Amino acid sequence: MSAIVPMSDPQPAPDAATTAAPAAAADERVRNVGIVRKFLARPEFGALSGAVLVFLLFGLSAGSSGMFSAEGMVNWGTVAAFLGIIAVGAALLMIAGEFDLSIGSMIGFAGMMMAIPCLYWGWPVWLAVLFAFAMGMALGWVNGWLVIKTGLPSFIVTLAFYFILRGLSLAISVLLTGKTILSSNGSAVLRDLIAADPVAQFLFQGHVLTGVFDMLARIGLIAARDNGTALAIGLPKVMAWWLLLTLVGAFVLARTRAGNWILAAGGDPNAAKNVGIPVAKVKIALFVFVAFCATLFAVLQVADAGSAAADRGLQKEFEAIIAAVIGGCLLTGGFGSVIGASLGALIFGVVQIGIGYTSIDNNWYRVFLGGMLLAAVLFNNYIRKRVALGRV
Amino acid sequence: MTPPDYILQLEDISKYFGPVIALNGVTLRLRRGEVHCLLGDNGAGKSTLIKTLAGVHLPEKGQYLVNGKPVKFASPREALDAGIATVYQDLALVPLMSVARNFFMGREPMKKLFGFIPVMDHATAAGTAAAKLADMGIRVRDPDQPIGTMSGGEKQCLAIARAIHFGAKVLILDEPTAALGVKQSVNVLKLIRRARERGISVIFITHNVNHAYPVGDSFTLLNRGKSMGTFAKENITRDAVLDMMAGGAEMKTLMRDLVGVTI
Repeated sequence: MSAIVPMSDPQPAPDAATTAAPAAAADERVRNVGIVRKFLARPEFGALSGAVLVFLLFGLSAGSSGMFSAEGMVNWGTVAAFLGIIAVGAALLMIAGEFDLSIGSMIGFAGMMMAIPCLYWGWPVWLAVLFAFAMGMALGWVNGWLVIKTGLPSFIVTLAFYFILRGLSLAISVLLTGKTILSSNGSAVLRDLIAADPVAQFLFQGHVLTGVFDMLARIGLIAARDNGTALAIGLPKVMAWWLLLTLVGAFVLARTRAGNWILAAGGDPNAAKNVGIPVAKVKIALFVFVAFCATLFAVLQVADAGSAAADRGLQKEFEAIIAAVIGGCLLTGGFGSVIGASLGALIFGVVQIGIGYTSIDNNWYRVFLGGMLLAAVLFNNYIRKRVALGRV
Repeated sequence: MTPPDYILQLEDISKYFGPVIALNGVTLRLRRGEVHCLLGDNGAGKSTLIKTLAGVHLPEKGQYLVNGKPVKFASPREALDAGIATVYQDLALVPLMSVARNFFMGREPMKKLFGFIPVMDHATAAGTAAAKLADMGIRVRDPDQPIGTMSGGEKQCLAIARAIHFGAKVLILDEPTAALGVKQSVNVLKLIRRARERGISVIFITHNVNHAYPVGDSFTLLNRGKSMGTFAKENITRDAVLDMMAGGAEMKTLMRDLVGVTI
């Protein structure tokens, strides 16, 4: 072992241990816990190693197929970003000890709540977007309020809304428009309406960093079109939203008072109540936040696709929960990571799109995800028992 | 002679749950700076009494006085604000959260990041938690370690240290030694004594006379929802306390029966 270490390398380990924790010497029963073990105890560890594994796997099997070109990366990055937006919400809610199974139905519903006012009531797009957010977040509040007031498991309450909202999306759109997929009404075309609304266009449609991509194309780092602009136009705005939500979510959880309350509410709601934390408010606020994430997903999707459909967001609630679990969130609450959940979403995007770049049949995608979920849950439980709680 | 200085008084308190009489005219008077042991067997009404003191229950009859003034606490928060802190058996600790986060749970120290973003001051939290625990004679290896790694006695001490740090003038300890081994129980008893030395009044609930007698200044015995009286330590022996708890003669026959048993 020592032969591998170059002579010039300093060996700080013993010094660091003695200066950092002089008190530890006083208790003879404390083992020296290394950095590796501390890192193992972090909730993100599983997702990070999973992401590395997936990248290695696809790098080896599809490295030459264009999957890791700029267009390819934007391709799977977009899938990851859409899922990441709801995974951040699902992770925070799961850390607070609750689930939301209505995320997917909420996506379909919120898309309709944006498209119908735009196309059929003549509302400006920005107002329709606000309306969709207001409706979505109000429903999130109802979800949370019912869970808190009835004391029923959130599984049951949000399962009810899983059906109610999906049914409402279909029924309302048929009732008001006669259709379940809305992209235009007479001369009003949804995509053009959004493009013409400066606020909605700026926030939800198109790409960012287009200049950077064009510059990279000009110097030959990424593929260019005939006119010299980049083949991959830029980063879709959904990616910017994903990054922003992940950073804000991780910051709130790790650094703010609200983060401490979320951890406490999920870890032991009774204990949290006894020290004066408003557990009900924390949980309801997170249900509203999840609804915000679902609505954001819907608005970005409508802006991207130029249409709203009542069956959008199918199974997204499960994918969001899987991403959160792969990201290290415990199903029982109190432990988890927003960055981990985003890595979980990244794994999703890479596998779902990447499998098309390989010779593997697409149907294996779900098999792989299910296996990944199972492995993640087993790993999380192991880590919690062995490392976090010191039961060796 | 000056009248005794009571920090907390329950006068002739009754509490009913439907047809059940949980407390029946109980009087409990806590002198400033004393350790007052509340003894009683299971079902004696200890829990109800604690919850009444802690502001969880409002009594149906009787008066609750703090510093001689009648109070009506609508919530545990109000009792806490009046300096009455209760450490329940579940300790109100979250096992997967760190020592520092647990210590400041619900009362996080704050600072401003870049001058305007309010964030939790982790350095202060970790430093204060370690220092306050050291004051109580508990050495914390790492304030960022999850609390699940601590022993039962350490957790109990942490919960007590936390209550003291946040300005408790009266500490109500609900069976703090019930789940602990011999050595850890002694540590908690030492901590109770240390709290008293700091001028904190303590109500120590237990059904273990051997734990109560060494630290207690006075003893109130509860039996089936009624108080059997309060006794100063100098007026009562350990055996007398034990007899009263179990109902005197009953205990003697019980012990005799037990001794006769061969397995």
